[in-house]
Order: sequence, then C-alpha cells, then structure tokens
Amino acid sequence: MNSPRSQAVERGAAESPLSKSATKAKPASGKKSVERIDHEGLLDVRGLTTYFKLGVGDVRAVQDVSFVLKPGESLGLAGESGCGKTTAALSLLKLLPENGRIVSGDVLFDGKNLAKRTEYGMSKIRWKEISIIFQGAMNALNPVQETGKQIAEPIQLHEGLSEKQAMVRVRELYDLVGINPKRVMDFPHQLSGGMRQRAMIAMSLACNPKLVIGDEPTTALDVMVQAQILELIHRLRRELDLSFILISHDLSVMAETCDKGVVMYAGEVVESGTTADIFNNATHPYTTQLIKSFPNIHEKREMVRSIKGDPPNLINPPEGCYFCPRCDERVPECLTDHPTLTEVEPGHFVRCLLAKSMSSDAVAPDDEPTPEPVEV
Amino acid sequence: MATEQTARPDLRLAPEAGEVLFDIKDLEVYFPIRQGFFKSMVSSEQKFVRAVDHITLQIMKGEILALVGESGCGKTTTGRTLLRLEDATGGDILYKGKPVNKFSSKQLREYRKKAQIIFQDPYNSINPKQTIFDIVAEPLEVNNICSSEREKEERVITAISEAGLRPATEYLYRYPHELSGGQRQRVCIAGATVLDPDVIVADEPVASLDVSIRNDILKLMVEEKEKLGVTYIFITHDLSLAWVISDRIAVMYLGRIVEIGDTEEVVANPMHPYTKALISVIPVPDPLARREHVILKGETPNPVDIPTGCRFHPRCPEAIDACKETDPEDVHIRGDHYAACLRINN
Repeated sequence: MNSPRSQAVERGAAESPLSKSATKAKPASGKKSVERIDHEGLLDVRGLTTYFKLGVGDVRAVQDVSFVLKPGESLGLAGESGCGKTTAALSLLKLLPENGRIVSGDVLFDGKNLAKRTEYGMSKIRWKEISIIFQGAMNALNPVQETGKQIAEPIQLHEGLSEKQAMVRVRELYDLVGINPKRVMDFPHQLSGGMRQRAMIAMSLACNPKLVIGDEPTTALDVMVQAQILELIHRLRRELDLSFILISHDLSVMAETCDKGVVMYAGEVVESGTTADIFNNATHPYTTQLIKSFPNIHEKREMVRSIKGDPPNLINPPEGCYFCPRCDERVPECLTDHPTLTEVEPGHFVRCLLAKSMSSDAVAPDDEPTPEPVEV
Repeated sequence: MATEQTARPDLRLAPEAGEVLFDIKDLEVYFPIRQGFFKSMVSSEQKFVRAVDHITLQIMKGEILALVGESGCGKTTTGRTLLRLEDATGGDILYKGKPVNKFSSKQLREYRKKAQIIFQDPYNSINPKQTIFDIVAEPLEVNNICSSEREKEERVITAISEAGLRPATEYLYRYPHELSGGQRQRVCIAGATVLDPDVIVADEPVASLDVSIRNDILKLMVEEKEKLGVTYIFITHDLSLAWVISDRIAVMYLGRIVEIGDTEEVVANPMHPYTKALISVIPVPDPLARREHVILKGETPNPVDIPTGCRFHPRCPEAIDACKETDPEDVHIRGDHYAACLRINN
C-alpha cells in the first residue's frame, strides 16, 4: 500500500532538474511540515461533486465522481458533451468558473487534498505538479505573443529562472515534442494546427509535472495529425514516466490510449474499469450503446447507431436512473430507484440496477489494490 | 483521374447507377498568389496554390461519393467548384452533359436550384435573426418558385419534417438559438432539400456535432438519398465516417485523387500507401485489437511547391527511386477501383 506513495516522493525529489529550485523546495517543506494524507495511487478522487449556480437553481454538473490513478497510468474520462467530464477535470485543478464550486468530495493528490486548498496553495500545484493541455490550441495560445515566450512564462514563474535561461529549456522542450527549436520565436499563427498542439504539449511539460490532463487534445485535428499527437503523448508518457488523464468524447481514442477508463453520463460515473473491461465487457446499457455509436472499420459495415433522446436536466434530475428514459433494458424500478456503483468484477464498477454484484467470495480482501486483468 | 472509367457495375445502392450526373474532366483550380510590388518587379514568375490539380471523376446519380483527405488536400475546393462557388482554371465539369463553368448567369440560377451545399458549422451558417420558417423558405422566395403562400408553407413543412424535425409546425417559428447543434444542422439540411435538388455537397456536415447526433445526421443523409434520390458529395477528413455511409470513396492528396473505388473494396483492400496509412491510424473502439499504425511524418506539403514525380513520395513509407521522377498514372485494380501508385504494377 505504501509503495506508490514512496515512489512518488522519490520521483519528486529526483525529478527536479534545477538545483536552484530543489534547494529552495527543501527547507520550505521542512518548515511547513504539511501533513500527508494517506491515499491510493498518485491521484485519488473520492466522491467529487461540483455544482454551478444559476438563477434557476444549482446545476449538478458532477456528482459523486471517484477514481484512482496510479503513477504512470493513463485514464480516460469519456462521455457525450455536457456529461461533466471537463468540469470534473477543471475541479481537480480548481479552475472552475466563478459560479462553480466543489460541493463535496476529496481530490487527494500526492498526499495533499486539493479540494481543500486555497487559491494560493493551488497556484503552487498548477503547472508544477499537474498541468493541462487545453482543447483548442488555436484559442489557448495568445496570438500576439511569441509561442516560445508563452511556454517560458510558467518556467520563469515556478522555477525562478530568467527569461534567457527559460528559453534554453523551451528549446529543449520543442525538440522533445518534435518542433524545430528554431521556431521558438514564431507567433501561433505561423504554426500549423498540429504544431500548435505540440507547442501546447511542450507548455504542459514545462515544469516537469507528475500528472498531465489532456482536454480533448486531438479533437479539432486531422486523423493523421491526431495519430501523430497521440503517438507523441504515448512516447512522452513512457520517457518521462507521466501520469495522464485524457478527456475525450471519442471512445475509440480512449480505447487506443488509456489503461483505464471512466464513462460519465449526466454528471455521474456510469461505468469504470480498465479499458478492456469497458470495451470488451461493457455492462452499462449506456456504455454499450455509446460504443456502438462509433464505427469499427475492421468489422462488418453497418450503420452506426445513435442513442435516442436527450440527457436529463441537471437542475432537477429525475428520481430514478438518469439514463432510464433512453434505456432499452429498463425495468419498472429504474424509474424510482437511483442506482449506486456496483463492483461487477474486481475493479470494474457499473451504475445500473441490473448489474450483478460480484459473488460474495470475491468481496473478502478489500485492501489489495485491484490487479490489472489485461495488460494493455 | 481514371480516364476510361466505366459505369460502376455494382447496382447495390443506386438503381439508376450508370446515369452520370457529373462528368469531371481534368479539373484544375489554381489560386494565384498575390505578390508585393517589389517581388513582382524582381521575378516575373507568378506562383499558384494548386488546390485541385487535374482530377478526372464521374459522379453517378443517386450515390454518396465521399471525398476524403487531410486538410489542404483540395476536397473542399473540389466541392465548391462543382457548385461554381469557385471558378475552375482549367478542365471541364459537365452536369448532365452541360459545362458548368460556361453557364450564363441565367443558367447558373437554374443550376443553383439543383445543386446545394451544407456547411460544416451549423452555428455560423444560418442567420440567427431569422425564424426557421424564414431560413428554409428563403431559397423558395429567391427563386420565385411558389405561386402561393400556402404552397410555400407546405413545401417548407415537408422539408423540415423530412429533415427529422417533427412535428414540423412546432419548429416553424423558433429561432436558431432555441435549437441544439444537431437540430440546427437539420435546419440546414431542410434548407438544402426544400428546392428538391439533384445534388448536395455536404462539407464536413458532422464535424462539429456530438457522436449520437452525428449518427442521426448521417442516417438522415442516407434516408434522403434513398427516398429523394439526392446525390451526396460527402466531404470529410474522417475515413471511418465515409466508410459508414458512402457508396464510393475518393481519397485525395495534394489536389489529386490518389485512390477511388467502391467503399468496402477500398477499405478492405487499399492499394495506395496513403490510403493504407489513413486506414491504419483510424482509432478503433477495441483496446485489445492493437494494430500497427503507419504514422506519416510531417504534414501535407505546401500546395504551391508540389513535389516532383509522385507528390506523395516524400512522406511515402514505400517510395522507391522512380517515385521521385515519374508522376504515376491511374492503375485499374478491379471493378471501379483505381489507384495512382507506381508500385502497384510491380
């Protein structure tokens, strides 16, 4: 149980490449003696609930979302637009808009509870420990500043380097993500879409974070550029031993890049497990229908299915299962009983009344971290 | 391309297969690059963006032809040139035997009733200040088609309900902001079908939509093709979507069609290395099926300086020396399947 934690600590110490910041960091941590919270993995999200305040009431954008990410793992958060996947990710970093707030739940990251941190405390975490690749590289970069300088900014801020020193690091980062380092002084409009996305990735790696969140990192890109970017992320994860959270509406992208997956619907987790659990043994009717919405070019050609109906209103969500009105397998109880997450296999959770809980013998030792059934 | 292309033998989807709607011969669309005064004095050479570089293609009545390729490959320009939203700089487009690029303004008006377009982004392509009724009725009014208000209303209602907004009367007097993205795209489709067109160019119609809605729109296109006999030119960068609904696929690269043929045949048996690479990188919703990805390096080259020989050779994993010099001819594979690659003969 202790190993991932100590691993993470070791990594943290070994990884800071700049002696300056390392010496700075040590006495600071000694002085404050922040209490470490014991938790599983690198990131342990427990019952995260986020509401948005609107005039008509609270929008329950994220409700009771839990997952564990171990060091070096990649996890996909998938679902249709409006399911709360981006809100969940922004809650991790407390980057919510003004009317959003974390109502309850814990975000335990490397021994700290981010949900309880102050804005100042979060500013030490953002970019240095957890960074994010935003969705539209077009819009996320400042059009009137050189791309390299924008990447240098977090380095100057977090590592206390001068601009000149930071630019050396930016050139290394450019090389790492496959852009010619000569182009550091290019403005965003001089780069192609794929290069801009690479620059965004370089920016996310600027301060050697432990965890990178990719919010639809390939959505607006061509298939071939998408493949290039996904391969780059895969290579970087291996080389830098990064943990990665991929937010995507595209289940096929999640299937190809992630070890674990979380499928969200109407703000809730409806199914979670390894990607093999989710794709090859999908149990929730929503997951099965969603998988069928994506064409699989290697199988028999058929018209892709769509899921009829719309997701529920999250200001006044219905009493029973949120998916019930769109579900083909519903039973009368679905209208009244709200299902809870059931563990159908070790590590494979489903929120459905029809899901069969694991047989009693498998439930006994709960301490053991769940083994990966399939090596992906 | 495919100079001696015959009518497709496969009668599976279009009973009228064989009736050629568009006969495109050696189409060329070049855009001149504007140069500054000084440069134009120094060098007399005028440079061009060679967006569509000599393509030959026939489009049959009642089929869905997918134009697939990366951005900058000329697929959108081809579609726009078919509707004469761009002027061709060379070659011919024959629509039912008549040359589109020589149409007089009167003929063009008639032609535009029969050829419509659906744009990518339903958020920007309709007027936010018009009601749905006005948006869909506008083509009828512009072309003075209806003799009475009643007839106009009937046609609008039919078009809207055929586009899947039912009951149509409930949507007539709403504004675009009251509708979701998928519903807006349905309004665009209704606006395109209200004139009863022969052909609709759908330029990435589902790229900005959610999965479930995307599938509804694709289904609607297939339904309209079958019910109304509309020919669709489906422009997309996503080969897997083309595979789902199209009858034929034409893969474009740098202004040229590199491979064309029956959809299932092309996907099951791709001959051109570019098509092979495109198919290999399509993500598949199955984590256990890990397969080799052929990831091409770099991006599509600048269409101003097109590489010599085969235009794909700098990125081609299978290129040989001859590819640098010889521009490949189309090779007939089987049926209506053609590919332009030197290595196929060997």
